[in-house]
Amino acid sequence: MDPIIILHAGIATGTVLLFACIGAIFNERAGILNLGVEGMMLIGAMAGYSVALSTGSAWVGMIAAFIAGGLLSVAHAVVTIHFQADQVVSGLSLTFLGTGLSTVLGEGLSSQAAPTISDVTIPLLGNIPFIGSVFFENHSPLVYLGYLLIPAAWFYIFRTRPGMTLRAIGEKPEAADVLGISVYRQRYAYVIFGGCMAGLAGGIISLSVSPGWYSVQTTSGQGWIAVGLVIFAQWNPVRAAIGSFLFGALRRGILDLQGPATLFGFDNPLFINANLGFFLKMLPFILIILALVIGSNQARRKRLGAPAALGVPYIRGERGL
Amino acid sequence: MEEKEALAVEMRNITIKFPGVLANDNVNLTLKKGEIHALLGENGAGKSTLMNCLAGINRPNAGEIWVDGQLQSFSSPKDAIKSGIGMVHQHFMLVPTQTVTENILLGLDNVGFFMNMRKYEQEIRELADQYSLHVDPEAYIWQLSVGEQQRVEILKMLYRGANILIMDEPTAVLAPQEIEGLMDTLRAMTERGKSIIFISHKLNEVKSIADRVTVLRKGKLTAEGLPMDDMDRKKLAELMVGRTVLFTVFKEENEPGDVVLDVQGVSALNKRGVPALRELSLQVRAGEILGIAGVSGNGQSELAEVITGLRECTGSITVNGEQMANAHPLKAIERGVAHIPEDRNKVGSSPNLSITENTIIKDYKEDPIGEGWQINFLKAAERASGLKDKYDILAPNVETMARKLSGGNLQKVILAREITTQPKLMIAVQPTRGLDIGAIESIQNLLLEQRKNGTAILLISEELDELVSLSDRLSVIHEGKIMGTIEDVENANIEEIGLMMTGEKVS
Amino acid sequence: MRLEIEKRVDDLPWWAPAALSVGAVVLAFVVGGIIFKLIGGEPIRVFGFFIRNTFGSWPAFSDTLVKATPLIFTGLACTVAFKMKMWNIGAEGQLFMGAWFASFVVLFPLVSPETSRWIVIPLMMIFGMVGGGIYGFIPGWLKARYNVNEIITTLMLNYVAFEWVNYWIFDQWSDAGFQMSPTFAKNAWLPRLTDYARQFRAFSGITLHLGVIIALIAVVIVWWLLSKSQWGFEVKLIGDNPDAARYSGVHIKRNIILVLMVSGALAGLAGMIEVTGVVHRLQQQISPGYGFTGIIVAWLAKLNPVAVILVSILFGALIIASREIQPAGISQMLQGLILFFIISSEVFTRYKVKLVRNSAAVVGAD
Repeated sequence: MDPIIILHAGIATGTVLLFACIGAIFNERAGILNLGVEGMMLIGAMAGYSVALSTGSAWVGMIAAFIAGGLLSVAHAVVTIHFQADQVVSGLSLTFLGTGLSTVLGEGLSSQAAPTISDVTIPLLGNIPFIGSVFFENHSPLVYLGYLLIPAAWFYIFRTRPGMTLRAIGEKPEAADVLGISVYRQRYAYVIFGGCMAGLAGGIISLSVSPGWYSVQTTSGQGWIAVGLVIFAQWNPVRAAIGSFLFGALRRGILDLQGPATLFGFDNPLFINANLGFFLKMLPFILIILALVIGSNQARRKRLGAPAALGVPYIRGERGL
Repeated sequence: MEEKEALAVEMRNITIKFPGVLANDNVNLTLKKGEIHALLGENGAGKSTLMNCLAGINRPNAGEIWVDGQLQSFSSPKDAIKSGIGMVHQHFMLVPTQTVTENILLGLDNVGFFMNMRKYEQEIRELADQYSLHVDPEAYIWQLSVGEQQRVEILKMLYRGANILIMDEPTAVLAPQEIEGLMDTLRAMTERGKSIIFISHKLNEVKSIADRVTVLRKGKLTAEGLPMDDMDRKKLAELMVGRTVLFTVFKEENEPGDVVLDVQGVSALNKRGVPALRELSLQVRAGEILGIAGVSGNGQSELAEVITGLRECTGSITVNGEQMANAHPLKAIERGVAHIPEDRNKVGSSPNLSITENTIIKDYKEDPIGEGWQINFLKAAERASGLKDKYDILAPNVETMARKLSGGNLQKVILAREITTQPKLMIAVQPTRGLDIGAIESIQNLLLEQRKNGTAILLISEELDELVSLSDRLSVIHEGKIMGTIEDVENANIEEIGLMMTGEKVS
Repeated sequence: MRLEIEKRVDDLPWWAPAALSVGAVVLAFVVGGIIFKLIGGEPIRVFGFFIRNTFGSWPAFSDTLVKATPLIFTGLACTVAFKMKMWNIGAEGQLFMGAWFASFVVLFPLVSPETSRWIVIPLMMIFGMVGGGIYGFIPGWLKARYNVNEIITTLMLNYVAFEWVNYWIFDQWSDAGFQMSPTFAKNAWLPRLTDYARQFRAFSGITLHLGVIIALIAVVIVWWLLSKSQWGFEVKLIGDNPDAARYSGVHIKRNIILVLMVSGALAGLAGMIEVTGVVHRLQQQISPGYGFTGIIVAWLAKLNPVAVILVSILFGALIIASREIQPAGISQMLQGLILFFIISSEVFTRYKVKLVRNSAAVVGAD
């Protein structure tokens, strides 16, 4: 029950959510919902692990994870952008496809040990008491990459020219279209970027944060949690970071409740009956639902909402626009 | 070649096909430098299609486009913008959650990756001053009035250096005084060498502003670049519709009965949470049409919604003495309130349901359509067939899906459904918007017939002509308040109505 | 050469939707076969094996029908919800809750082992439906009251349901420390054909149970609800255009909750049928993902309750096959491919796709 350990672990597992969530923020800001995050993460985790095994380099594996997630998302992009299929169903099919494909192609991988990315400590910053130990000590390099990603994504979306275009595409695509911006091309790019980030998130699990390939158990629903966090984050990378890290820490903290024999001076029921741990395992999922209730309520009060064109296929009008 | 140099645009033999429709058939259009050229035609005549083609949004199936003496082939709106063509669309192409400046910069290649907003805001302010198109560059679009949004659209094109401006039905959303302002702006622009194509279906304004006119009817040319001096309203109308048009609807004398709708001190918020109705009061009696005039976005939609139970409000709304404020929409339906909603596609009908199903959406529980827990689809189809014949709805059969109907036919389905309930009160919002003259006439006659039958009608419209010809009394709405009511509509002073529409109290 | 997509104005022939579904399935098998070949499998041989083991004999076909039965329920559950565009992807969790509630009747126990089967079974059915219904109510209420996205809540509740059942089978109802409940008394077993082997020798070893009849009754009821009843019309109207529904005086929030409860109850019934008809105890392995497969069943059946029967048999066969074929993910991959091709094929119902050569000649067909 050491707060430093819990927070430290929260940052590490939260990084997985962070990458997936920020990727999803980009494709949702462009107006395309992709529920296939879980499938893309699994494909990424499997491809990353497999390539790391065969090349002997965890970093090459990480790149493979990035590409694999992107490749799978191309299918979603074609079907939702060009064929104007329902984005919900297409995303679900992507989850099935990713899950099935990764199990098939990942057959036999779990028995072999792939190289992993080792943790590093940032000099100087790692020496700061408490903060240093939580944020800058013995973390995967990808955790630090995640720190950089947060402001970069925020700045890109809200302060740059392509970010302005991105927001326009998701709010009112026809306005961008009549000014000569290719809505389709932009949407393709962001859906694939979202897929790449989900794949990378999968790679972060299998090669860095909790190394190994355990088939479906590798992600165990984290892709769905990331999708839920996007709503909680109200499509803002900074809120996504807060949500991801907080959620990572809570998840770890809850599991740690089972350890000690006494809690706050009382006998710990979880220690006495380990089966009560099943209730602890439910908590993260219940927490996500609560986070959604809070997020939806806030969004309604502040009248912030999803990008207006989210989930709506863009069809250039035939008689006028 | 000599002649061509004086031409800003020449479109030759343009043909545009859509699946099942020939939108433009061998159409020509020439625009001289510095002129205002009207493109006249009914709704659905193919004006916007032709102009979308000039703006690079659609590609013609055949024909040539010459701009400033050069043959052009636009593959994207960007190409059209590069050759100096800018289009202001009828439905504004603005991103509501972004600022004026952001909207103007959208899609420009020469804007840096990191945007120096201060610099651009200054530039836009200066450009706006030049043409006296006053608007705050830092404001968000959703905060602006419709008139201001139009200015942003014009600025967007001027900022891109457009020399040829296409204005698609620009006056549809403006008050008479705002229209004057727009006309002044357009004239100021031609003085600076810009050329303007002015799309409209309103004869009066075309007559007053344009130098020449091109007329389309059902995708075909009926007049090509005729000088306006030789034209009069009657001639234009004939070119546009293809037959002599009566400009007045025949309205019988009718003694109004008791008060049916009584709205007292009603306030409501719009969907963004901003006050849309402020202590509004009005009354409509049986057998009379109360017209509501106003610039769009001044609370008209919300007024219709609070009466029909679709929006929360404070204050009192009674129909035949019964309180209706904040009741479920079902109550209004049950008490005989018919509603022709503003958006016939998104609210008034269900696109993937058949004509039959669309005619029963309000009475599927009532005898004879509803039987216990079931619906008698046989009887529903029978009734729908009857309505299809009676209201002259053009469709292959009653199983046709609503989304496959034209605007006029869909509106007839909605009217047929609403009238079948024999309503005590009818709320009609923009019932004729976007329809061709034939459909407009039949819809207007149906409303008058209802009036004769003793239905109280609240007619909300942005077409002042329509309001004046149909209403018994006419109220003007501005920022959610009734500015004044004209009892003698036939001798109404349009100037006065216009002033009230822009918020001036007229006694 | 480029692909051009053009809006379709004419109607498709009546057989087109079915043809597209069949085409999507065939294509999925071909692509799946190619992937299988690439990883070193023998698709043709496995396919023959698959047909023999699922449709090749009466006992084999009976096994297929046994697997199809819960799929009919979850397929119907998704059909009802999807008709209103309520994306219930929590049928799996609702199935587990239905199974738990049904088991509660005999494990708590509410009835003694001597009670007549004709009381116990209906009671368990009611409990199963209530369990699934409650589990559908939660996301429905959250959606109606707080506008919380039902996709996420239904999915998250799946995980909660697994852990909930785990707790009971590991702890309260554990059968001598095993991770399963004790076997139910015979009065909680659905009658099977093999039970009558003494009278009819042909029934020997045939595991087909009463659940399949209950499933067919459910199909008829759902068909009536969706295509004949007033409630079904409301569901369809809300699904197509919620604004028009509100304008027509339909209670939207009430229906959101109701539709998810009905959907949950159907999925819950699937759980009840599994514990009473097949495994006769509560355990983790009552479902190889029936709830998730139900999503694909519903979509492949184009939300038509009668077509759900046929599609469920196909997927039942697929589930049987997946027990035998290695690697284990093949069946899930095929399911994903099928769903993916189905939604891709829908482009043909709304658009004409043409292959255009130099923007002139039209080469391809519709």
